[in-house]
Amino acid sequence: MKSLFASLRYTLLAVLASLVVGAFIIVITDIEALGSGDFAKPFGTLWTAYSSLFTGSFGSLRAISNTITGATPLMLAGLAVSLAFKAGLFNIGATGQMLAGGMTGLWVGFAFDLPGIVHVPLALLAGALGGALFGAFPGVLKARTGAHEVITTIMLNNIAAFTVLWLLKTEAFKREGRSDAISKFVNDEARLPRLFGFLDKRIDLLAHSGFLVAVASVVLFWWILNRTTIGFELRATGLNQDAAKYAGIRTKTMVVVAMALAGAFAGLAGASEVLGLYGFASASLAGDIGFDAIAVALLGRSSPLGTAVSAILFGALQAGGRQMQVNTDVPIDLIVVLRALIVMFIAAPLLVKAIFRIRGEAHSYGQTFRGWGG
Amino acid sequence: MIAVVQSAEQRKRARNVGIAYLVLAAVTLFLFTQRPGDAGFRLTETAVLTLPAQAFGYALGVILVAVAVGQLWRGFGRLSNVVLALATALFFMSFLSWAAAGESFSFVGMLQDTVTRCVPITLGAIGGILSERSGVINISIEGMLLGSACTSAIGASLWGLWVGVFVGIATGVALAAVLAVLSIRYKVDQVIVGFAINFFALGMTSFISFRVLVPNPELNSLQPVQPIRIPLLADIPFIGEVLFVQTIFVYFTYLAVAVTTWALYRTKWGLRTRASGEYPKAAGTLGVRVLRLRYQNLLLAGAVAGIGGAWWPIGTVGRFDQNITGGRGFIALAAVIFGRWHPVGAFTGALVFALAEAVRLKIGNFDTGIPSEFLIMAPYVVTLVVVAGFIGASRAPKAAGQPYDEQ
Repeated sequence: MKSLFASLRYTLLAVLASLVVGAFIIVITDIEALGSGDFAKPFGTLWTAYSSLFTGSFGSLRAISNTITGATPLMLAGLAVSLAFKAGLFNIGATGQMLAGGMTGLWVGFAFDLPGIVHVPLALLAGALGGALFGAFPGVLKARTGAHEVITTIMLNNIAAFTVLWLLKTEAFKREGRSDAISKFVNDEARLPRLFGFLDKRIDLLAHSGFLVAVASVVLFWWILNRTTIGFELRATGLNQDAAKYAGIRTKTMVVVAMALAGAFAGLAGASEVLGLYGFASASLAGDIGFDAIAVALLGRSSPLGTAVSAILFGALQAGGRQMQVNTDVPIDLIVVLRALIVMFIAAPLLVKAIFRIRGEAHSYGQTFRGWGG
Repeated sequence: MIAVVQSAEQRKRARNVGIAYLVLAAVTLFLFTQRPGDAGFRLTETAVLTLPAQAFGYALGVILVAVAVGQLWRGFGRLSNVVLALATALFFMSFLSWAAAGESFSFVGMLQDTVTRCVPITLGAIGGILSERSGVINISIEGMLLGSACTSAIGASLWGLWVGVFVGIATGVALAAVLAVLSIRYKVDQVIVGFAINFFALGMTSFISFRVLVPNPELNSLQPVQPIRIPLLADIPFIGEVLFVQTIFVYFTYLAVAVTTWALYRTKWGLRTRASGEYPKAAGTLGVRVLRLRYQNLLLAGAVAGIGGAWWPIGTVGRFDQNITGGRGFIALAAVIFGRWHPVGAFTGALVFALAEAVRLKIGNFDTGIPSEFLIMAPYVVTLVVVAGFIGASRAPKAAGQPYDEQ
């Protein structure tokens, strides 16, 4: 309990420190106002910016819905990166795995005519499977040839992006009467139900039940890691590959298993975006999510709960950032800076301690990634 | 290393390499022989190398089969790297002659473009090598390149090109200092700090771009440097055009690769750097000040990456745009691993990736009957084959990523 309180205190102080630095950035970049000696304006902007950051993320039902919508793919893709970290692997390929899962989920979503209660799980499963296969590939390459996953996943991201671009123009996927890279719609029955669907006439509430899938995946992640043999062997491989090997764990198999599981989570992220948010696929379906997911995993220390909480925090910042961009002239990119600062401050409890002059022991964490593997 | 008796691991690797050669040969024989016509490779203003695409494909396919057989039968021992380079080059040539059958294109222009584009990747990779060889994982290359690209554009627009480069260097050093202080002094997880720096640079430069540069375009407009002809060397036919009619950034890159290689393997500093990356405790026991060395190397890495970032506004386009680096820092990271933490290896990797970009820009114009998306992704597939088949596992500096306590 005491450690929970301490870690909460450090987290809040880290967020506070980030907001202070962010405020400084907002004020000094308003060079016109500062140049003309109008010092009140930047501070007015600052107040509006930060208050819309809050109202846009938690201030209304719509804001909360936007936060959930943003957090859903981040949570699933974050799990994909976290799981790989647990096995000592650096998965930069969540983007490609999301694209793979998004496309397989999409295909099952429009190719069949089934009742929703079967169709939705089937399409999600297809997404997970697509992501798993695409994720397992770099795992197999690493296990068989030693090719480093950082190189192979970056390459596979590019390969996936161009394959999707091509697929979206083929007869099988392309939307009637459109020449750009955009897919058919999935069947209505295959759409993930909207979370606030019970509220009539609120079509602005985009949050969908992909969020429930994400939360369930967090629990699944915890269960696999802490309650199954595979999870134990996976963590052992990540902590010390040589020791794990000596203990009889087939570490090469574990590398493949870890990458496949990671790919499955990322594939779910892609499928839930397609089946929940968009209802179709486009080339930008994965966006920057695979990249942001790395920050989510790092901030969450690769733990299931940590990943979930940081995904929600990032989703909230994203929703609030959009509101901020509407209400002020502060670009939404500020939230990328804030995310970076939060990650940095939370990773550096000693630094936060020094800034706020806190006495006593600093909270210390283990390492996320133990080097490139020599 | 003299290997008299091959281990099982080595035999397996040799087999993988052989299989990879067979894959290349099969692609050459069954795909690159399918389009009739001559492919014109323009070598200089006037000289054109004309290759009959089909015959060339068959000939190279047969050579690649022979290489594969040789590899599977005996291996090439000491020459294996040379054979690999030649085989990849031949494969690439048959790919080009297939793609360009019935047309002609500027081969010299493509290679020139490749050398130009390898600048930020190579300099970023050297930044990575300098820090990782001394024991600090540097994942923040992308952030250093991006940050420097932004500030050097502003500096150069306001005060001239040289000041711009200097501002870029200062930015790289400043970001490296953050990485150094947090990972060495505060012992924060190096990957986390590195990634945070990437995010910070991405957010901050986009923010500045929209909030400062868009309303004040005079802060983001400059005349980039022009290529310089190196006397004599530039007159060598073909090669001179490719290597020695380039901007000062390219010449600096050659110099950086040479100096880093020499310094890492031939100087006291290099020995100490490698020691603190492999076994800092031993180095420390022998009187090397590991932490101070790591600080120095990181700051140097930031400076080199800063010059790499300044390449975008000052060496090419004359302005900064949001996320102008587009992930080149991660490609640089891949080049570091590809080159096994050796400057020349990383330079080779950077050339391969830069070639992929140059080909992508050229190849979209050819109508080969295969969707252009597949042609564009071909270099990435080839990189996968090369890394999986030929490079295999690369051993990183042992202590990279581990914090160190100086007693």
